[in-house]
Amino acid sequence: MSKRIGMEIALAAAEVAALCRPDVIAAYPITPNTHIPEHLAEIVAEGHLDCEYLPVESEHSALSACAGASAVGARVFTATSSQGLLYMGEIVPIIPAMRLPIVMALGNRALSGPINIWNDHSDVMAVRDMGWICLFAANGQETIDMIVQAFKIGEDHRVMLPVLVNLDGFQLTHVVESMIMPDQEEVDKFLPPRKPYATVHPDNVVSMGTLGLPEIYTEAKKAEDEALINSKKVILEVWKEWEKTFGRKYEPIESYKTKDADVIMLTVGSMYETAAIAVDQLHKEGFKAGLLNMKLFRPFPADELKAAVKGARVLIVTDRAVMCGGAQAPVCAEVKSVLYDEPVRPAIVNEIIGLGGRDVRVDDFIKMFKKAATADKVKPERAYEIYGVRSS
Amino acid sequence: MKGIVENFDLYAPKLVDKEEYFSSGHRACQGCGEALAVRLMCKGLGKDTVITNATGCMEVISSLYPTTAWKLPWIHVAFPNSAAVGAGVESALKVLRRKGKIADRDVKTVSIGGDGGSVDIGFQAISGSMERGHNMIYVCFDNEAYMNTGIQRSGATPFGASTTTAPAGAASVGNKTWKKNMPEIMVAHNVPYVATACHSYPIDFINKVKKARSVKGPAYIHCLAVCPTGWRSSSDTCIKLGRLAVETGFFPLYEVENGKYRLTIEMPKKLRPVEDYLKLQGRFRHLTPDQMKQFQERVTLEYKKLMNKVKYSKSWLEM
Repeated sequence: MSKRIGMEIALAAAEVAALCRPDVIAAYPITPNTHIPEHLAEIVAEGHLDCEYLPVESEHSALSACAGASAVGARVFTATSSQGLLYMGEIVPIIPAMRLPIVMALGNRALSGPINIWNDHSDVMAVRDMGWICLFAANGQETIDMIVQAFKIGEDHRVMLPVLVNLDGFQLTHVVESMIMPDQEEVDKFLPPRKPYATVHPDNVVSMGTLGLPEIYTEAKKAEDEALINSKKVILEVWKEWEKTFGRKYEPIESYKTKDADVIMLTVGSMYETAAIAVDQLHKEGFKAGLLNMKLFRPFPADELKAAVKGARVLIVTDRAVMCGGAQAPVCAEVKSVLYDEPVRPAIVNEIIGLGGRDVRVDDFIKMFKKAATADKVKPERAYEIYGVRSS
Repeated sequence: MKGIVENFDLYAPKLVDKEEYFSSGHRACQGCGEALAVRLMCKGLGKDTVITNATGCMEVISSLYPTTAWKLPWIHVAFPNSAAVGAGVESALKVLRRKGKIADRDVKTVSIGGDGGSVDIGFQAISGSMERGHNMIYVCFDNEAYMNTGIQRSGATPFGASTTTAPAGAASVGNKTWKKNMPEIMVAHNVPYVATACHSYPIDFINKVKKARSVKGPAYIHCLAVCPTGWRSSSDTCIKLGRLAVETGFFPLYEVENGKYRLTIEMPKKLRPVEDYLKLQGRFRHLTPDQMKQFQERVTLEYKKLMNKVKYSKSWLEM
């Protein structure tokens, strides 16, 4: 039986990852994800989980060891943040190309320069096009649910891809929340042991990770892209089953008070819950605000997005990363490209918020809504704004 | 030094696995010592093996999709991580066997890489995997430069070799530094079995591979591999050059079991002059007599250092 717990989200993430019975865990310490692998090490050390735990010498080796283990057919889990993800960076695009399921919890943290341990999405945005399925949790409950879902999605033979479960650093990793934790029996029932498709083992000799000449590279990339696009069907299936089993609904884009909304905001990650309070307050003032939260970022939910913004006059897209020198911030660039072909579409405002742990309060969201209200008449001066930059 | 391969045809079939695990038809250069060494290594390992391969010549020449030269299960992920991928493979084989998810028998994980992928960019991953004590073998095939990318110097390039990033010229001898002593570094990791090898001594190499395979824990073999393309040597001198590397004392063949050093190929009382080895290689062609002397002195010193260890080292088990 599931039971309600109060726990730090990182610890809960570790607990639920253990319930998934991973065979191999390899991780390297970096703030703010560290409590996840630490607590898993504890669980293994106490004998509660039969697992090979590799305290490796770098993130590069963490993901490399995960690749090797997944290739043998093991269920594999890792976690990292920020520079750690970038240090893995060389290996990140190889994992989906080799169709190796691995689940990674990413405690989102700003990329260095200046060094900063706090939350934004510059880490995940740097790898967003490298072929991983990409889920964003808005709170602790979604974090633990998505970790279980991620194994089931990634290991499905129609998918066979790695999955990133994004949870905002500190805002989620270090926050104690009330969550409903499934028990071992429930997880076992929902998530049977991995049945690998092909493995490196003498009983069935294969070569994995071979060289692709120009004659085959294009086709390999096409196949990888298709695999990621097609994974959406399985993601939706798994979410349906989750809802049926556990009663909690998941959809690529969650909407809040968007019916008849005039100005809609799109958030990704934990900002959703703060923005929802702003929406409630605006409604009291008669301002028809609506809110969307993107839970599935890769594969990009284009159809759901088009449907979700229908009827809105203005769409505010919030981003948690700067696409330095680019036309927009990353999420908005994609939103605009999806909506470009729509005969009727809202005016789009791009706000870059919460960089490197900068707080974004309810008031800030209210300000953004009010400011954006005229965006369809008065075009913003710039394609994007970095919100709240102090000028002195 | 005739004796060692005398009557090879007579006794080799009894000692060496007839099965080919690294098949012909791959795309290695003529006279490639490394491809030969890989083939010999596989014979020493046998069927129950998983190979993890660093990016490099051996990966490129053996795995052009959709072909493969490998009849052993094989995985390549990237350049610096062969040992880390090996650590993952080894851990997965162990835990899946323990949980009854794969066959209950001993399958050895063997990670391989070139000198660049081992002593330079892959160094950290090897250090980690050996330090953590994974039950695996790492074999470095050392052809003394980044041959796959076009003969750039590595930490294993010997003094005086002309490479594309350390070319000899009016103001340069070529590579200015001596070879990094990787076997010694592995001994310092408390790796219970460390050995040097060369394809020109096939039985010695295969025996070492077998010994490494029997170790429960990490083992490291550093195999000198002649590269006619990068060494600017004639492809028919591949075997000869390997033997000269040993006979001149430039690359002695030894093993270190639990800290105890032992020569596995007996050395002549008086070593051959290193010039015999250098003069067959275009990469050393520019060396002046003075530089040649400098080379000789360093070889002599390194050899003395090794012989000192052979004479005085004791097994950790006997301490």
